[in-house]
Amino acid sequence: MSLIYLSAAELSAKLGSGEVSSVEATQAHLDRITAVDGDVHAFLHINAEALKTAADVDARRAAGEQLGELAGVPIAIKDVLCTIGMPSTAGSRILEGWIPPYDATVVSRLRAANLIPLGKTNMDEFAMGSSTEHSAYGPTHNPWDLERIPGGSGGGSAAAVAAFEAPIALGSDTGGSIRQPAAVTGSVGVKPTYGSVSRYGAIALASSLDQVGPVSRTVLDSALVHDIIGGHDPRDSTSLKDTWPSFAAAARAGATAESLKGLRVGVVKQLDAPGFQDGVKLRFHESLAMMEEAGAEIVEVSAPNFEYAVAAYYLILPAEASSNLARFDSVRFGLRVNPAGGGTVEDVMAATRGAGFGAEVKRRIILGTYALSAGYYDEYYGSAQKVRTLIQRDFDAAFAQVDVLVSPSAPTTAFKLGEKIDDPLAMYLNDVTTIPANLAGIPGMGLPIGLAPEDGLPVGLQIMAPARADDRLYKLGATLERMLEEKWGHTLLSQAPNLTPTEMFAASEGAV
Amino acid sequence: MSESHPEPADGITADVVRHLAGLSRIALSDDEIGKLTGELGAILENVAKVNEVATPDVPATSHPIPLTNVYRPDVPGETLTLEQALAGAPEHDGSRFKVSAILGEEQ
Amino acid sequence: MAKAELMDFDKALELFEPVLGFEVHVELNTKTKMFSDAPNFFGGEPNTNITPLDLGLPGSLPVVNEQAVRYSISLGLALGCSIAESSRFARKNYYYPDTPKNYQISQFDEPIAYDGNVEVELADGRKFQISIERAHMEEDAGKLTHIGGSTGRIQGADYSLVDYNRAGVPLVEIVTNMIFGAEKDAPELAKAYVSAIRDIVVSLGISDAKMERGNLRCDANISLSPRGSGKLGTRTETKNVNSLRSVERAIRYEIQRQAAILAKGGTILQETRHWHEDTGVTSAGRPKSDADDYRYFPEPDLLPVVPGAELIEQLRLALPEAPAIRRRRLKEAWSFTDLEFQDVLNSGLLVEVEETVAAGASAQSARKWWTGEIARLANIAGVDASTLVSPLHVSELIALIESGDLTDRLARQVLEGVVAGEGAPHEVVDARGLKVVSDDGALIAAIDEALAAQPDVLAKIRDGKVQAAGAVIGAVMKAMRGSADAARVRELVLERAAVTE
Repeated sequence: MSLIYLSAAELSAKLGSGEVSSVEATQAHLDRITAVDGDVHAFLHINAEALKTAADVDARRAAGEQLGELAGVPIAIKDVLCTIGMPSTAGSRILEGWIPPYDATVVSRLRAANLIPLGKTNMDEFAMGSSTEHSAYGPTHNPWDLERIPGGSGGGSAAAVAAFEAPIALGSDTGGSIRQPAAVTGSVGVKPTYGSVSRYGAIALASSLDQVGPVSRTVLDSALVHDIIGGHDPRDSTSLKDTWPSFAAAARAGATAESLKGLRVGVVKQLDAPGFQDGVKLRFHESLAMMEEAGAEIVEVSAPNFEYAVAAYYLILPAEASSNLARFDSVRFGLRVNPAGGGTVEDVMAATRGAGFGAEVKRRIILGTYALSAGYYDEYYGSAQKVRTLIQRDFDAAFAQVDVLVSPSAPTTAFKLGEKIDDPLAMYLNDVTTIPANLAGIPGMGLPIGLAPEDGLPVGLQIMAPARADDRLYKLGATLERMLEEKWGHTLLSQAPNLTPTEMFAASEGAV
Repeated sequence: MSESHPEPADGITADVVRHLAGLSRIALSDDEIGKLTGELGAILENVAKVNEVATPDVPATSHPIPLTNVYRPDVPGETLTLEQALAGAPEHDGSRFKVSAILGEEQ
Repeated sequence: MAKAELMDFDKALELFEPVLGFEVHVELNTKTKMFSDAPNFFGGEPNTNITPLDLGLPGSLPVVNEQAVRYSISLGLALGCSIAESSRFARKNYYYPDTPKNYQISQFDEPIAYDGNVEVELADGRKFQISIERAHMEEDAGKLTHIGGSTGRIQGADYSLVDYNRAGVPLVEIVTNMIFGAEKDAPELAKAYVSAIRDIVVSLGISDAKMERGNLRCDANISLSPRGSGKLGTRTETKNVNSLRSVERAIRYEIQRQAAILAKGGTILQETRHWHEDTGVTSAGRPKSDADDYRYFPEPDLLPVVPGAELIEQLRLALPEAPAIRRRRLKEAWSFTDLEFQDVLNSGLLVEVEETVAAGASAQSARKWWTGEIARLANIAGVDASTLVSPLHVSELIALIESGDLTDRLARQVLEGVVAGEGAPHEVVDARGLKVVSDDGALIAAIDEALAAQPDVLAKIRDGKVQAAGAVIGAVMKAMRGSADAARVRELVLERAAVTE
């Protein structure tokens, strides 16, 4: 079995036993990237130092050094995260080629744990989008169907793990950018409790919503990554000082024990919506039945204010983003475009931002600027922040009755590239299931629960837990994963179509 | 955080979009302004529904997980080198960032 | 720049009532910046005291400096303010190349301190209450240098250079309520107010408070209300006022300028005006197109500051005495007459005299030098006396006089050297060879003794009968057992006779 089909946990076992070297594992993934990424386009940049870093880890292991569990395992990093030595563009033309002088805290923790950064993954520009079609560097394609979107904004990271280009990846989730791509690519992703993973060095979209998290093919792998990147960071004021249990331990416990017995599982009435795709509803209700059969108590709960979540989100996010993105002004870093015939610094800033930002970014900045404007603040931003309170209250009431909440991760399976690109409102509704968790700061996991019969594409389940109870996600997620795979007799991703080496690759071999 | 309450946002005109583009320093073509005018109006119409439930008795939430008094000790840390600071600059004079004239000729 | 027409000051006051308001920015002297751990130090090599945050790099985040919060609370308490139970930061959004994030982290609707009061004293001893609206925390901007054009000013420059070393330096902005009733004392009141703020921050030890270095900056709002109209006029905001002297001059100028316009039926533009120290005029600043819409919103990267009663009480107990009490104490300790003490206050030199005395000088000598020779030199140079020389150097100078190493005349020359940047007084003495010869100390003692013993001779010398000095010279030579140089003794006898009283 090729190394690329191993989970990170399996690969680390082989690395630990000496059966496989990190150089071999890294080379296998680099080869896979060369073979398929011309079609998938999950990566914006490949780390030229990857093999060198892998060799170094191998040498240290050979010298008898005690290394962490994922030491030597390759990982892909969403381009929203700052990385020394690798461009960090957040999918934007305005940051083309920018190499940060510092690592995001999560990246320095990966390095300290001796993981091997493979490269930077594609994303919607500044994480604004649900399809990666808003990347300035071209869209990423869904490995299940190259004509379809891989979700967004973290379509690159999700596609990279789903296409076996990397066993694990980092993503960021502001309104579903980890969980929705996981759903449409048949992979796993977790948005941790707000403040449990550092945002330092994550290029900000909406500061009060953004959270970095793991992307993987298995629940345990996400837990292993979460254990490494999580925990307090004094450089992020919103970082929680809590001590966290081992999420890997929670996942391992969930994979073996009967975590469903007596578990109260809430179904949010408003997220079990009739407008959702049939296959999505079908697989969701099958999974509920499976949980009930295994001893869980399924409880319908109502969250009446979720109806207002998307509206509140599309005020809060643009408002914060309009301010966070003000720094891209051509003075200290990034693109500079001089208007024809010169001009003042103000003209240069405007020309640069006009040329350097894509349509969606401009749309949201203009919207956010409006929402914060004198006279409209109370009506828009102020009201949206109140809705946030109401959504938190809905969650509080729900979690008073149940241990976890579940919903479909996304209303539909992967749609076709180009299908919604000209309809921002339709695009925004993709996040209806995932947004409430960001507004309330609670953790959410997306994991595959089958294929929709009508299109054969993956369907995802979202599990949500109260703030700080991320371990519940891993425990329940691992149980469900085991039960489903026992039922199917295989992993979901093993059913994805084979990706053939691309023509680009063939051309480089001189075969055409 | 404003105190005044001008007309509600029912009329998003091209001039409003042009003003917002100016405030946010984005040069837009007339085509872009035209397109954005329609989109912004439609989006605002949609998101304005927050006012249905955002009544005066509901407090606003700025941070999802409430914390207070998060401080840093007053101890100097590492700084960037001049080379690092200037590495990404579109233009510099060896120690400072260079920008076009701030005022135009007519000012 | 066209010269503005001015109305005679007294005439202006006849027609209009001036209404004042001040925004004073105090740079705190913490070790690090407000939101980053870069050293709080600027003026060195450009762009070397910066972290990713101070450069606004993508992904960077602010973290509040605890000491800056404590300093701000102390300042709020010293201003007689209430301290907010809960206070938060807000983003003030505007594009300017000296602002690395293109928003300033400031405070808007929940400042750390509010509703205070500062008592200031005018030259004639009258007391005036200035009501403080708020004091809030924020961060400073970087420094722009304008290149090209004839003046080095922003107008006509070809391009500008930006140094972000100052970006993020902690500031407290103190905002007054509108001040009515200052009338003709408006310029003096302005100066007295800024001086009072300076005294407060110096006594708290929270700022270096050097106006010429921008540690303390005053934006002065002035409007004129036509007498009997009961209506407020349109105000201007004058910035770049970098000395106590300028505060007074700028207010006087704006009153005269606005009065001339209003009297002709013109209107005052609500605008920022820049004070020009060299020419003594204000000019229209860059019209800020975004000034009407800063799009303030709560800073999502920072959490509320909730000081707690215990911390506030702790800081309250540690406050230095109130300015009025302090003034009373110092006047008594120094045994100054009302006139002497008022002289020091009016010159804005209370801190300097206090520090000079603390460094070992007598209060009278400290007062004499600061309000005399140093103030005279400052006046010629058109700067504040405090900028010319440090209290430590003045104290050293006084010690050299009292030990007999310097005469007053020599001391004035030494002072000139110190002001010219030649070093500490003893260094100037060495470099310029100004010291009374090494054994003059002993000689002077003998001379003073001889002069005291022969008051009639002293009187004659003072009357110009120089030959009478012979008797004293003889006595000194005898006392020195002939080891002294008679010519030098003669010189010194005449000099001492002139100064000894």
